[in-house]
Amino acid sequence: MRKFFVAALLVVLLAVAALPANHAEPVEAQDTFRVAVVMPSATNDLAFSQSMYDALVTIQEEMGEDNFEFVFQEGTFVVDDAAIALREWALEGYDLIIAHGSQYGAVLEEIAPDFPDVSFAWGTDSDTFGLDNVFAYEAASDQGGFVNGFLAANLSESGVIGVVGPVEAGDAKLYVDGFVQGVAYVDEELEVNVNYIGSFSDVALATEAAEAHIANDADILTGSAQMVVGAVGVAIEEEGDVLWFGTQANQTELAPEIVVASQVYHWEVILTDMIELIQDGTLGGETYSINLENEGLVIEFNEDFELDEELLAEVDALIEEIIAGDVQTLPEEDMDDGEDDEEMDDEEDTDGADDSDDGEDDDGEDEESS
Amino acid sequence: MLDEIFRTTVLASAIRLATPYIFASMGETFSQRSGVLNLGVEGIMLLGAFASYYTVLETGSLVLGLLAAIGTGLLMGLVTAFVSVTLKAEQGISGIGIYLFGLGLSEMLFKRLVGTPTHVKGFPKVDIPVLTDLPVLGEVLFNHNIMIYLAFLTVPLSACILNRTTLGLQIRAVGQTPEAADAMGISVARVRYFTVTLGGVMSSLAGASLSIALVNFFQGNLTAGQGFIAVALVYFGAWRPYWVMAGAMLFSTVNALQLQIKTIESALSFDIPDEFAVMAPYVVTILTLIIASQRVEQPTALTKPFERGE
Repeated sequence: MRKFFVAALLVVLLAVAALPANHAEPVEAQDTFRVAVVMPSATNDLAFSQSMYDALVTIQEEMGEDNFEFVFQEGTFVVDDAAIALREWALEGYDLIIAHGSQYGAVLEEIAPDFPDVSFAWGTDSDTFGLDNVFAYEAASDQGGFVNGFLAANLSESGVIGVVGPVEAGDAKLYVDGFVQGVAYVDEELEVNVNYIGSFSDVALATEAAEAHIANDADILTGSAQMVVGAVGVAIEEEGDVLWFGTQANQTELAPEIVVASQVYHWEVILTDMIELIQDGTLGGETYSINLENEGLVIEFNEDFELDEELLAEVDALIEEIIAGDVQTLPEEDMDDGEDDEEMDDEEDTDGADDSDDGEDDDGEDEESS
Repeated sequence: MLDEIFRTTVLASAIRLATPYIFASMGETFSQRSGVLNLGVEGIMLLGAFASYYTVLETGSLVLGLLAAIGTGLLMGLVTAFVSVTLKAEQGISGIGIYLFGLGLSEMLFKRLVGTPTHVKGFPKVDIPVLTDLPVLGEVLFNHNIMIYLAFLTVPLSACILNRTTLGLQIRAVGQTPEAADAMGISVARVRYFTVTLGGVMSSLAGASLSIALVNFFQGNLTAGQGFIAVALVYFGAWRPYWVMAGAMLFSTVNALQLQIKTIESALSFDIPDEFAVMAPYVVTILTLIIASQRVEQPTALTKPFERGE
């Protein structure tokens, strides 16, 4: 009897624990396009996972709830849990299954060949594993990073800028490299201190990284991934003496007084294209990239933060130059990969499948990542 | 230059980073010394972090936030004790159940009640007259908020209770030879209920130290595995409060050093691979754990439910 009681209690506990992770509402209509997505953090993280959630909501608003349905499993930082969800959704026949996080690549590579009639997408990475039913997507976040860096360099009074990075991989590395490059574009003498804390989720460590930057006189901070809330908190405590630049989602809401601008990911730009291809019978094999040119990346300003009109005009001109390819947004050593990305961007609106297998460099698979 | 970095920034960082570990691992020390392994620390930390955060967000009162964390810890501690002591469940499995419960419930409540991460005004730094102004030491030791001092205060307090009081003797007896303790008239169940509930309160305070004192935000999975590290630190410290604190400080210092890696690199003029910096805290912890395990024995009755007459 006691064992039964224990088992029943555990089942109840586990059931409650599972509550927020499942929002699946089975869809009956035959012609509804059905998407399922697994993501490493919460859909309201004001960062990587939220960017995908917001994109799917946007598409649903555009296509209508009758034509587009999506389910998601958030907070899936355990890759094995993601694997279970991916396989289950494939069996249920979803039209597109998205593994939103580079750490899911290995399991996707295993699962996708078992379901050749189901379309999968994953990112951020450029590798489709040579499979016809896998799309890959990435973000040219160095471009927005460069713009943020340009702005930061213009606003810094102490001449010291701090960056809180997660793991030196994927779009986080691109963002940081682009940011550093953007600062140097304005003034090479400015000091940019970069800390990769080695985690996408350790908020306490991100907080300490920000403390360390401020102790070293930084008056501007930026950072990538969902653990940056800790760093933002530290910046807020400085009561206006330290400004913040966001990426992935619009982070103004986190700290309306100190956020200057955010590079916002609009995945809907490429998801719409994927959906059209799937409806036409192409299930994968292409690599996509969001960037400033296709408006998958947008610099969104905090309306309550006053910026000089002249500086804003310079930012507009800079964005045009980046789009035209006149400005190098990555350091020399990273440019080879960057150029590959640019070429893919040019081709992405065509059927030119680019099932490149060369994106091994940013395969941060150790924990939740972007 | 390195000397300065180590003395001020790194040590002050390490003290802050160690705070949640110390709260949680002191509580777990009590629990384990009485023979109960609570792997649910992480889940209770998350619930305590959310309860205190939400209370402060709604009321603006840090005291109420602290009380909310204590209440949550009390409740979760009692649930854990009920499962482990009264129902005599397999402690490893039930602890994971408590963890998953805390992880899921805190995230669900956060989504339903708050939505997006919102900053709260946490405990401010406390200036201690004279001490804060001391050169170097003042900045490192006496420039923190009250939760940090409280965490470090629990260490001598725990050592004193465990080693110098009748209650401590009872706790150790129950964890070592519960049959003998029972024969002496000590209620094994009552002692274990006390330690596990105390462990719950301390875990909850560990969570609160993050959400309303250090980070001043809440988001899903805020603790990111710190509760599990706290359990490991109890083994690391051989169930002795001062050693557990030393373990927490060692782990946090290596973590804090990692944050200064670029400065250290430029001072030493050579590159330290980032991967090495990231894994260093864990490598140091594992190595020390191996060394520590050679010289101490865990409480004999750890993880074993007590059945009178067995």
